[in-house]
Amino acid sequence: MATLTDDSAFGADDRLTTADGKPLKAALARAEARAKRRAFFLVLPLFLFVLITFIVPIGQMLHRSVHNSGFTLHTDIGSKVQTPIMVNLRDWFDNNPRGTEPDEAAFEALAADLVVLREVKAAGQAGTRINYELSGTRSMFTKAARKAPKLEAPFAAAILDLDEDWADPELWAAMRDASSAYTMNFYLAAVDLTRDTDGFVAQVDEKRRLYKQLFVRTLLLSLLITGLTFVLAYPIAHMLATLPLRYSNLLMILVLLPFWTSLLVRTTSWMVLLQSQGVVNDALVGTGVLADDSRIQMMYNQTGTIIAMTHILLPFMVLPLYSVMRTINPSYVRAAKSLGATSWTAFRRIYFPLTVPGIGAGALLVFILAVGYYITPALVGGADGQLISNLIAFHMQKSLNWSLAAALAGLLLGGILILYWLYDRLIGIDNLKLG
Amino acid sequence: MALPNHASTLERIWHYAYLIICGLIFLFLIAPILIVIPLSFNAEPYFTFTERMLKLDPTGYSTRWYDLLLTFGMQTPEAVRDGSWWSDAWANSQWINAAKNSVIIGFFSTILATALGTLAALGLSRPEMPFRRAIMAVLISPMIVPIIITATGMFFFYSATGLANSYVGIVLAHATLGIPFVIITVTATLVGFDHSLTRAAANLGADPTTTFFKITMPLILPGVISGALFAFVTSFDEVVVVLLVAAHDQQTIPRQMWNGIREQISPAILSVATILVIISILLLTTVELLRRRSERLRGMSPG
Repeated sequence: MATLTDDSAFGADDRLTTADGKPLKAALARAEARAKRRAFFLVLPLFLFVLITFIVPIGQMLHRSVHNSGFTLHTDIGSKVQTPIMVNLRDWFDNNPRGTEPDEAAFEALAADLVVLREVKAAGQAGTRINYELSGTRSMFTKAARKAPKLEAPFAAAILDLDEDWADPELWAAMRDASSAYTMNFYLAAVDLTRDTDGFVAQVDEKRRLYKQLFVRTLLLSLLITGLTFVLAYPIAHMLATLPLRYSNLLMILVLLPFWTSLLVRTTSWMVLLQSQGVVNDALVGTGVLADDSRIQMMYNQTGTIIAMTHILLPFMVLPLYSVMRTINPSYVRAAKSLGATSWTAFRRIYFPLTVPGIGAGALLVFILAVGYYITPALVGGADGQLISNLIAFHMQKSLNWSLAAALAGLLLGGILILYWLYDRLIGIDNLKLG
Repeated sequence: MALPNHASTLERIWHYAYLIICGLIFLFLIAPILIVIPLSFNAEPYFTFTERMLKLDPTGYSTRWYDLLLTFGMQTPEAVRDGSWWSDAWANSQWINAAKNSVIIGFFSTILATALGTLAALGLSRPEMPFRRAIMAVLISPMIVPIIITATGMFFFYSATGLANSYVGIVLAHATLGIPFVIITVTATLVGFDHSLTRAAANLGADPTTTFFKITMPLILPGVISGALFAFVTSFDEVVVVLLVAAHDQQTIPRQMWNGIREQISPAILSVATILVIISILLLTTVELLRRRSERLRGMSPG
């Protein structure tokens, strides 16, 4: 600072200074830095808030997707005391490479660990962790732990006496995989892959493949819904944009009211309308289009999901299209027509290309929202209208395989973030409008 | 919009077809929302119009499902409707309790989201804000990330921090979900904000706080209120986070609706839906009026 003041005093005549004699450049830089700081401190509280309530939880979820200590650490619910479990077996795994036949030492380690499992009541937890990799194994652990104190050498024979399956090489491979808390196995499982007994990645049985198909279905349904919203939104956005503001504002209410209405209300309405004893079927039967015994099944299947989601996401397509169409000068189309273009050519060559930015914005937004939809498919989707979000909820609430839920969520999140980044790149987040 | 005189027959046909198509799409948009209103007055426990309803016979209509909203969960629903009946309803009716919870959660999360969001929007709309784009993207992301992922993350976070099953946890979660809406509406109001007004205030001797409350705040108030309404609606309609992180006895209106729809859907759900539709009509009207006021204040063309 001192040198600067000296400097300015030295060359006072050829330098602009502020009233108190400081060089203008330094004063300006300081003012700018202050303005920058002020802006930053205005944003800081919210940024920290979102960091703590949103970013950290999501990070924790992602951690959960690669970390599961079910087979390595037991935490007592009451006292919060942490006990490492399966210590002996993990030692044996460390000393023997993959593919080694479990010998007497391995079974001795297992027997010692089963005793610990019984003491800290962690057999269910350890069994559940192995059950994720190889179903039907949880009860083996709880049963063996119950009988653990009575096991005597030779341990291999004693344990195999409890259950033949303890010799299963797949079980030993699963235990080896689970013996380190950090694992990519849940991500593998989330795309229908597994590790075979030699530790190589392989496809799961054809009958048990589920997730890849569900990801594909989610993508296809979202694309279809995006397409449908586009087809429905384009004409009305065009109408809203070409009508005088007085009328278009009134019609706009018809677009905005669904936007403001509770999602559950809209889903309920569709259930009421589309049920087999609902309004639409009754009207069709009443007017004689359908016979009473051939009512269309439109609810609790994919059709229900598609119709309800198209309706719910339609405003997100109309609004960006409308705001782009509003800015298109009508004289472009008039000029094309006066140069001899037919209405169709004028639309195809002039009007439509001008609306492409709006289409892009709307389609990306609708697609992003559709891919992660949960509530509507859960209520109206039935069995074949479920999306990937519903499976995440299933693993969170019913099967309690939280790590798999987190891995599925991680994959979905990755896809969505790429689309979000693309949206920010192409359209810009600040151009997002809500009515 | 109007058809020119020289239009060919084909163009005429297309024009009317276009009008009909648009009309049908608008019907598709609005009919599902309005249909629940008459159906909620059904005298029978059906989800379709009975013959008596179609003939506009008054006996086909009743308010029994609205009555059920009050009496469901009450200790003595059959008693005479005097003061003690109403206090019983206020204390024990399940829907009233859910409504109380929803309003409390909505109120606090709205306050939190609006206060923090408005401050941040003020900072974000300054041109000198560093990393503006990246920070904005982070702050808007709760709106983009699927709700089930957000709820899953919060479930893990809240179980680790002891916020699960608490009102504080739900309020924080709902505030996070409402923040993007506040940011979007308030920054939209600040676009085209005439900064010479604040400079003029400073020039006339006002300190930054006075300038904010006397100049900036009145001008952006419509945007702030719209944002707050958006945040409130977001919280008032949110069910997934509540399902995952709230305790069993913390019922909210959407959660109660969700359970009702999943277990056994009764026309009582439709009467709740009707009430919610009326609330959203009122909110939409308020927001539209605010938007026009804001445009007038900023000297833009009246919408």
